[in-house]
Amino acid sequence: MSPETMSADDQPLLVARGVTKRYGPHIGCIDVNFELFPGEVLAIVGESGSGKSTLLSVLSTRLDPTAGSVGYRMRDGVMRNVFDLNEAERRLLMRTDWGFVHQDAREGLRMGISAGGNVGERLMAVGARHYGEIRSTALDWLNRVEIDQTRIDDAPKTFSGGMRQRLQIARNLVTNPRLIFMDEPTGGLDVSVQARLLDLLRGLVADLGLAVVIVTHDLAVARLLSHRIMVMRHGRVIETGLTDQVLDDPREPYTQLLVSSVLQV
Amino acid sequence: MTLKLELEDVAKTFVMHLQGGKTLEVVEGVSLSVSAGECVVLGGPSGAGKSSILKMIYGNYRTDRGRILVHGADGAIDVATAPPRQVIRLRHATIGYVSQFLRAIPRISALDLVAIAARDQGLDEGLALTRARDLLTRLNVPERLWSLPPATFSGGEQQRVNIARGFVADHAILLLDEPTASLDATNRAAVVELIRDKKQRGVAMLGIFHDEDVRDRVADRIVDVTRFAAKAA
Repeated sequence: MSPETMSADDQPLLVARGVTKRYGPHIGCIDVNFELFPGEVLAIVGESGSGKSTLLSVLSTRLDPTAGSVGYRMRDGVMRNVFDLNEAERRLLMRTDWGFVHQDAREGLRMGISAGGNVGERLMAVGARHYGEIRSTALDWLNRVEIDQTRIDDAPKTFSGGMRQRLQIARNLVTNPRLIFMDEPTGGLDVSVQARLLDLLRGLVADLGLAVVIVTHDLAVARLLSHRIMVMRHGRVIETGLTDQVLDDPREPYTQLLVSSVLQV
Repeated sequence: MTLKLELEDVAKTFVMHLQGGKTLEVVEGVSLSVSAGECVVLGGPSGAGKSSILKMIYGNYRTDRGRILVHGADGAIDVATAPPRQVIRLRHATIGYVSQFLRAIPRISALDLVAIAARDQGLDEGLALTRARDLLTRLNVPERLWSLPPATFSGGEQQRVNIARGFVADHAILLLDEPTASLDATNRAAVVELIRDKKQRGVAMLGIFHDEDVRDRVADRIVDVTRFAAKAA
């Protein structure tokens, strides 16, 4: 592609090169390479112990890699290795341009403070000071994630699992991030609650043009949300491709086993 | 006539590792082309590989050998080797696919499902909705159903929503995988009309129709897929 026709969307947002994490003699993940483009949803699938959560932790700088680099295109267009950023820069990135949705909402929320406070806190962390504006932005986001606005002053410990998860999403999205990491966001929820959350996520991701790296063992979740899939086993990426291609025409023995083990995806 | 789609020596084999690495050779040496305004029908008994050919063109199945060229304003793209992002772009801008079955999304109404397919191609919300209503009307989907998610619809109703989804956008190439399979005569006729409209607008179509009456009414050419049968190794 010629430089003239190259737009920002043609340049990767995140670039993983040789990402490796060992825990002593144990393998977390080995030599993972991929590029993620703006607005692209990448699902990392595999069974527990496959290294997918370790990989997500390294990509999001929650863990330092044993080897390899993770490049991220900052808002000024410059690609930087996130492990070369200083602590303040990294914290700012995680608070503004990135989000992280945990499986257990308690890890991503402050359970003792109000729903409005949970959303507003991330806004204040990037410099918002006007109480009225923060509150109205928080109300707007509660509405977008389908939480009754009258619950704004209630703490999430009084919320159901599905509501907590939706609040966690609002807290992450309020700063207009470009990249969201998700770790089994629908895990542990009832099926009907899962469907509602997935539908909400699907809509938000498309409307906001978010790039997402989502870890899931649920192939139906990957099918519904992602454009591309990476299948991991024993710490390595064993198969990658378009989501429907990997699910409808799996090539590797292990992927065929995974796909055939599901009732219908 | 402008060439839109060209397959050159395409082959597909499935290796089934769970059955001890058994191989299933589906097709080989598939060469065919479709021009603008033409409807080419794949013929042959079920199991001959007709659906597999459509799925390779859509990038849903991987192509083991050969080239699948999609011609557009910016030259040709080979689906067999294109990276995932390019295939996704092709699906938005150039290639539509109508399968036999609707994959319903929880909580999304029939009307929105159709309109989303148009918006994915860049149509604005108003036009997308207008077209979606028009198509659901032409396909005799009762208006009282439009605001409901199709998961509870009958098979025929779901199929018609799916057809509307496939026809609502302005794709230059349409792949039709038995779109009339479970429709009554009235709705088969409606689909035939939709295909004729697309032809007039220069859309290149490649389809599978088991219904001979429909096939005769829409096909410009029939390509017998049995001649691409893989020779047993």
